[in-house]
Amino acid sequence: MIEVTDAGPLTLVQDAGRPGHAAVGVPPSGALDARAFADANRLVGNRPDAAVLELLLGPVVLHARAPLWLAVTGARGPVTVGGRPAPLDRAVPVDVGEDVAIGRAELGLRYYVSARGGIDVPPVLGSRSTDTLSGLGPAPVRSGDVLAVASAAGLDPVPPIDWLPTSTPDGLAHLRVLPGPRRDWFAASAWHALLGQPWTVSPQSDRVGLRLGGRPLERRVHDELPSEGTVTGALQVPPSGEPILFLADHPTTGGYPVIGAVASADLPLAAQLRPGERVRFVGARL
Amino acid sequence: MTRRLLDYGDSAVLLEVDDLDAVLALMPALERTRPPEVVELVPGARTVLAVHAPGAPREAVRAWLTKTPADAVDASSAALVELPVRYDGPDLAEVAALLGVTVEEVVRRHTARPWSVAFGGFAPGFAYLSAPASGLEVPRRTTPRPRVPAGSVGLAGTFSGVYPRDSPGGWQLIGRTEALLWDAARTPPALLTPGTRVRFVEVPP
Repeated sequence: MIEVTDAGPLTLVQDAGRPGHAAVGVPPSGALDARAFADANRLVGNRPDAAVLELLLGPVVLHARAPLWLAVTGARGPVTVGGRPAPLDRAVPVDVGEDVAIGRAELGLRYYVSARGGIDVPPVLGSRSTDTLSGLGPAPVRSGDVLAVASAAGLDPVPPIDWLPTSTPDGLAHLRVLPGPRRDWFAASAWHALLGQPWTVSPQSDRVGLRLGGRPLERRVHDELPSEGTVTGALQVPPSGEPILFLADHPTTGGYPVIGAVASADLPLAAQLRPGERVRFVGARL
Repeated sequence: MTRRLLDYGDSAVLLEVDDLDAVLALMPALERTRPPEVVELVPGARTVLAVHAPGAPREAVRAWLTKTPADAVDASSAALVELPVRYDGPDLAEVAALLGVTVEEVVRRHTARPWSVAFGGFAPGFAYLSAPASGLEVPRRTTPRPRVPAGSVGLAGTFSGVYPRDSPGGWQLIGRTEALLWDAARTPPALLTPGTRVRFVEVPP
């Protein structure tokens, strides 16, 4: 059992999400930084789809009501266990009664905290993720909540030594972008405008999407687009001309044209961008 | 039927067809023959989106979207759901005025024939319902309502729909139903899935 003493700005339970229901309007949801999520589970010997905590920025304080193993990945910041400094990206044992304090992130935006066994909340449509767009899954974690940790029976042992290469954005992220279905709805100059300028992450960004500010992308076709399916990573362009980069809680259909889509492998980096940080898109092909 | 494949990043392909009827004709065949690497199959107003695992054999997905024959159109074989509706919505009179008909005629047109679930996307369980030549085409409200109660039956553009839960919304509200559109504990959770036919049945207020 983990007691959440201080839930910080936003703490959510997330796992691999609930893909497969987009046709009835259910977003994929799940951990935004899929790489940090996978690492957090691997470090404590969990199954790859075990539920973890996704912490926005911090600070967050957790209190162990039972001994446990945990790992903190994703954003970079100070962590202490029982008052002692603890490493990121390592399996760390926590004694009963000890506090785990995760400080405000210095780099990146989202920490992932795994507990050996996995966070145990009731699944909805096969997933324990909180979907912030449609409200499926558990409510956001509040200060004072007590979270159950599932049994570690049957799991492999905690890997003795593990090492993770990590990279976190340092104010300017490069994201590869591939053409989207409605690139031809934009002026020829728009693709160059997309790639040729740094975009600034807006404070209105959330798990639904990163809102990006910059010189607007010019439309060529001004028709209304009949609603069509959307993907995580889509760069949807509303009438303002400033793109929205869809993240895991995005609506499953939309009526604004999508000029491009960010490479799947670069989405974890997008999940770590803070308001005010900048993005450059780099043209890529399959 | 013309089919056009549009690239959509590194893990999706968007198939564009002529119109919604073509989507409705193709979806059952695609659902039935869906390869395991296709994780989402999402109909739109004139498109079908296939999301596949990154690194999946994309050419196979493209060939499947291009070559799968549509079923012979036999709408009568699709599941039919009856939705009882009290036609007392706050926009009913305005809809009648916009169409230049009586309130009774709006209700008659809405209940006259089955609608088909075209696609979803606004919220879990919400269905964009289409009926050819329904005679009920109205614009959205100029100012959306901050809160539309669950079960509200609305019209917007050529579509009708039912709000699965309380939410903001800009559709013209003509009635309400007690039917449970979404229940995450039910299998399937959505009452109205793509292809399902819906008949609205008037019940007294």
